[in-house]
Amino acid sequence: MKVTIDQDKCVASGQCVVAAADVFDQRDEDGIAVLLNPDPPAEQAADVRHAAVVCPALAIHIEE
Amino acid sequence: MNAPSSVLVVGASAAGLATAEALRRKGYQGGLTVLGAEPHLPYDRPPLSKQVLSGTWEPERARLRPQAALSALDAEFVLADPAVGLDTAARTVHTASGRALRAGAVVVATGVRPRMLAGQADLAGVHVLRTLDDALALRADLLDSSRLVVVGEGVLGAEIAATARGMGLEVTMAGPQPAPMAGQIGPSVASLLAELHTERGVRLRLGAGVSHLSGHHGRVTGVCLDTGEVLPADVVVVAIGADPVTGWLTGSGLRADSGLVCDSRCRAAEGIYAVGDVARWHHDRLGTSMRLENRTNATEQANTVAANILGDDQPYRPVPYFWTDQFDVKIQVHGVLPAGAEVTVVDGDLASRRFVALYRHDGRVTGVLGWNMPKQTRLRRQEVVDALPDLAPALG
Repeated sequence: MKVTIDQDKCVASGQCVVAAADVFDQRDEDGIAVLLNPDPPAEQAADVRHAAVVCPALAIHIEE
Repeated sequence: MNAPSSVLVVGASAAGLATAEALRRKGYQGGLTVLGAEPHLPYDRPPLSKQVLSGTWEPERARLRPQAALSALDAEFVLADPAVGLDTAARTVHTASGRALRAGAVVVATGVRPRMLAGQADLAGVHVLRTLDDALALRADLLDSSRLVVVGEGVLGAEIAATARGMGLEVTMAGPQPAPMAGQIGPSVASLLAELHTERGVRLRLGAGVSHLSGHHGRVTGVCLDTGEVLPADVVVVAIGADPVTGWLTGSGLRADSGLVCDSRCRAAEGIYAVGDVARWHHDRLGTSMRLENRTNATEQANTVAANILGDDQPYRPVPYFWTDQFDVKIQVHGVLPAGAEVTVVDGDLASRRFVALYRHDGRVTGVLGWNMPKQTRLRRQEVVDALPDLAPALG
């Protein structure tokens, strides 16, 4: 699984961190999402997919 | 319950598309039809009052999914054909063009429609902002004008005012509340928002109702307030709230009461569900009926409804969340901020214009609001989640 974030689209909701805190974080200064691990292990895949679903800006892209 | 042989989603915006996607993600292989009133493929609405209106984004960028992803969904999109009636027992939706679409399950995702002022439809230069076409029409008019009056001081009105100021227009905001978004975020933070708008050059004419629009030769020339003051305008945007689109359900036997009334599973009748802005469901953790007009609700509710269509029995119990971006300020709200709540700054401070505030009702946390501190705000979300079962009195 390869994960990318479109930071221009990100609205800083932090929903991705709620869904998958091992893979996503937010910048302290403006809340924009950052990727902790662009290549998460299989056991985190379901959480990452959920993060992509709940992102209100559809800013998370996953290649399986 | 077995999965229905086919599902018809009435509404092709965020909630409708998310329902279709959630069904497929959960393995549903039956027939899937998405019926949309607008001619456009599904697009996102939050950017309309900001990036699309300002021209920062081309309209295509607001598309919810690229063509390839929509094709992979294996759903039939029937667009530019509004639903006009529902036969509940036969689960058949009738459309404006004369189609009769029958399905094993019907999902109502018809959203809301902006309220208008009396006489508005007869005057050129008066806009609402709900659809992509609305946003492009408003943008075209703004590019050719110098004075905008925004009627409405809620989230949408405040965003439009900020965007139009950024485009160089003279902007006046009018509305009955004492400060922008006072009803949504409480008087103390709203007064800070009023300061922000004033500093950036938005003229505030708040605390007075609008009596009527004035015009000349069929074009708007101003907005007249209850106080007698007239606000001259080349363009007017009316952002005074919106009503759920349920008129087409008249005669269906379903109950509409500021939204399509559903149970805690978002089910309006056997095989009929509602999602998104149009859905009024029973939040059983809060013990109250609720309808949310916000972006994350569209996706979360769609997930629950898709699961329930496929035989689950999930109550829908979200923590309400919304955000708004105005000028360089990002406001985020988790939970609910009841009128009269006690507001305590728990991180940052008002003076530096970066803070997190907890809202309490009768001493209990009901919500958290962040001003340019999205991460720190989200870190407080759990306090709202933990308090959720106790929120009912605050919503009274």
